[in-house]
Amino acid sequence: MKAVIVGGTSGMGRAIARRLAERGDSTFLLGIGDDDLARSAADLQSRHPQRADTGSAICDLERPEQFAGALDAADNALHGFDAFIVTAAMFATQEALEADIELTRRLVTVNYANTVVLCELARKRLVARGGGRLVVFSSVAGDRGRKPVAIYGSSKAGIATYLEAMDHKFHAAGLSVLCVKPGFVKTAMTAGLTPPPFAGEPDDVAKTVVRAMDRGKPVLYVPGMWALVMLVIRWLPRFVMRRINF
Amino acid sequence: MANHDARAAHGIPQASSRPSSDAGARPAVVAPSAVSAADTPVLMGWGRLPAPGREVLGEDLVKLTKGAALTRGLGRSYGDSSLPARADDKVAATRMANRILRFDPATGVMRAEAGLSLVEINRIFIPRGWFSPVTPGTKFVTLGGMVASDIHGKNHHRDGCFGEHVRSLKMRLADDSVVECGPTALPDLFYATVGGMGLLGHILEVEFVLRPISSPWVWLESERVGNIAEYVAGLNRAAPVWPMTMGWIDCLSSGASLGRGILMAGRWATPDEAKIPPPRERLQVSLPVELPNWALNPVTARLFNTLFYWKHMDHHAAGLVAPDAFFYPLDAILEWNRGYGPRGFTQYQCVIPRRAGVEAVIEFMKLLTKFGGASPLCVIKDCGPEGKGLLSFPLEGTSIAVDMAVSPTIQHIVDRLNEFVIATGGRIYLTKDRFTRADHFRAMEPRLDAFLAAREKWDPQRRLRSAQSVRVFGDRA
Ligand SMILES: Cc1cc2nc3c(=O)[nH]c(=O)nc-3n(C[C@H](O)[C@H](O)[C@H](O)COP(=O)(O)OP(=O)(O)OC[C@H]3O[C@@H](n4cnc5c(N)ncnc54)[C@H](O)[C@@H]3O)c2cc1C
Ligand SMILES: NC(=O)c1ccc[n+]([C@@H]2O[C@H](COP(=O)([O-])OP(=O)(O)OC[C@H]3O[C@@H](n4cnc5c(N)ncnc54)[C@H](OP(=O)(O)O)[C@@H]3O)[C@@H](O)[C@H]2O)c1
Repeated sequence: MKAVIVGGTSGMGRAIARRLAERGDSTFLLGIGDDDLARSAADLQSRHPQRADTGSAICDLERPEQFAGALDAADNALHGFDAFIVTAAMFATQEALEADIELTRRLVTVNYANTVVLCELARKRLVARGGGRLVVFSSVAGDRGRKPVAIYGSSKAGIATYLEAMDHKFHAAGLSVLCVKPGFVKTAMTAGLTPPPFAGEPDDVAKTVVRAMDRGKPVLYVPGMWALVMLVIRWLPRFVMRRINF
Repeated sequence: MANHDARAAHGIPQASSRPSSDAGARPAVVAPSAVSAADTPVLMGWGRLPAPGREVLGEDLVKLTKGAALTRGLGRSYGDSSLPARADDKVAATRMANRILRFDPATGVMRAEAGLSLVEINRIFIPRGWFSPVTPGTKFVTLGGMVASDIHGKNHHRDGCFGEHVRSLKMRLADDSVVECGPTALPDLFYATVGGMGLLGHILEVEFVLRPISSPWVWLESERVGNIAEYVAGLNRAAPVWPMTMGWIDCLSSGASLGRGILMAGRWATPDEAKIPPPRERLQVSLPVELPNWALNPVTARLFNTLFYWKHMDHHAAGLVAPDAFFYPLDAILEWNRGYGPRGFTQYQCVIPRRAGVEAVIEFMKLLTKFGGASPLCVIKDCGPEGKGLLSFPLEGTSIAVDMAVSPTIQHIVDRLNEFVIATGGRIYLTKDRFTRADHFRAMEPRLDAFLAAREKWDPQRRLRSAQSVRVFGDRA
């Protein structure tokens, strides 16, 4: 596989990039921060006995004018990528977003508008070469409009709908689309809290995501338990959702 | 999602200046931590005695350590070394800062972020024929923790501590500056940091040299020995011949069989000996619940020890073992520390100088047996000459480590053991310690003034501190 990873310097993106590099796939990182990208690329390189094939370029999701150049850099380095993975996104609490309209504008722009723009540019390149994989991280927060994640969740719902449509439209053209919906994954923000019984680890998420990519699965809840939880949440009537604070 | 809100509620700072999502941890590579009943966050060492405090986690150590009073890795130190002096001190947790920055297969030199764990290093590099020059008895430790405790392994008599294999450290100092130090660059800072329990600065990156290994298997020879004198003699005999020695003794037996045990000596197997496929990754099981306090009592401990002793049916055995089984037998059960129950436990580890003679070791074992600290584990190792780290633990002699459940008499027991150790000219290991008194530590540590002088130079305001530095060095709480 020749994979581009947007957000591969940290969290679940880092874990996915490592997994791919360790098994010998080529990787190329897009993100912000020269130094951070270089350090992550060096990490990936050391993880394979034959020096994993990897590189990186700047691509700020707040600066769409960088997108085409970043994709060119990836294409040049990988001689045509065949997988495009986006884990990068912004997060802010609902309170913070309600208090700051500029933050709201930035978050929905990055998580939805600009992610779609970047994916469209990548998708066209993939389809033109006969297909490939498009993998984007949505969230369980996008499955239902919910009070604590109202705005962030809506940006994740938008991206999930986009991915579903891409799957319908370009499956026959060889595009394999995967929409990943993480639930509670043990990361910096959950440190110090008592995790729920089925909280996930980034490495386990990476393992499941790479397996789902290999098998061409279209939607993935991680940890798997969230598929059941969200099944229930999706069926809750509106009058219940108005009352509860979940 | 509850976690998103909770982050704000707990005021957990983000690693990045922009609002972003969360960051990743490694599986099973977790620090012992908990939320107490009153929902005040607490931090714990491996011995599970909690202290109020909270750690900040993130991937960018340079940012994370700014203004921090202490850094911690995977919390495998037993006592209060990795716990904050005050609940509101900033404690930077390194385990997400775990990138390998450079590895040179021609020389074995690796440079990595301080939160990289030995689990990862082993997983990636044993199959490629490389191993850490020194490893402790658990692989769930970070590079930063290995330097800060100047850890020693089964090869101490031959290869010294981990610090001897470190070429350079990138550190954030108390004045927030970031510097590089090593045996030749700022050597006074370097040698105070090696074994300095995180009190000279936050280690951001570690450059050290991995060792080539001849195969992914270890050749182990083990021997059942009847008593402590035989045991120490066996260790001394094995030392010049074997690169790795160690053993386990039953501290609950007494009389003529005081200190009966199993003596082990090992080396990396040659390719000829190891003509079998590399060991497979072991299935990890974890102790699912905290056991009640009474689960581990003198009767169950004695039963365990007796079974362990007689399991070794043959007087002498030899063969191939996987590195995990050889180096990390305890890691087979994750979170085994919950076996001691909610009371928690500590480890008493001391080294008794060779010049005090085997009689001192026998006396010490008698003292232990007298106190009857029920323990299924008592590890005895041979230590080579003292290293250059100002507070590095080992000195030429016999190291004895024993786990003890915390009880109302624990302070009394530790005090008596310390008095004995002081009389022999020995000392205790800070990374295991929770109960040693400041005056006892001073009495056993002739190098203390040099260490305190280094702190005075690099951190005159004592911005860097831990619960342990308050207890042992008299820092303000
Ligand atoms: C089962 C078991 C077996 C063990 N066997 C051995 C053994 O054989 N030999 C041996 O020597 N030790 C042994 N240990 C002890 C262990 O190796 C040390 O306590 C080690 O320091 C733990 O590493 P950590 O990353 O968990 O550090 P922590 O426990 O988190 O921290 C330990 C100390 O290091 C400091 N520190 C950690 N990271 C940094 C950093 N980046 N910058 C500055 N300071 C830092 C902390 O402030 C603290 O003082 C054992 C422990 C266990 C649980
Ligand atoms: N962890 C969870 O519980 C959880 C739950 C549901 C959904 N998710 C989703 O899963 C995905 C991965 O999350 P994670 O936990 O792995 O988070 P993470 O480690 O914070 O990763 C997010 C990445 O996005 C990057 N990023 C932010 N803004 C950017 C921009 N403008 N341009 C380019 N990159 C940008 C960040 O870069 P910097 O670090 O440089 O800022 C970071 O590398 C995200 O889409 C998240 O919304 C996570």
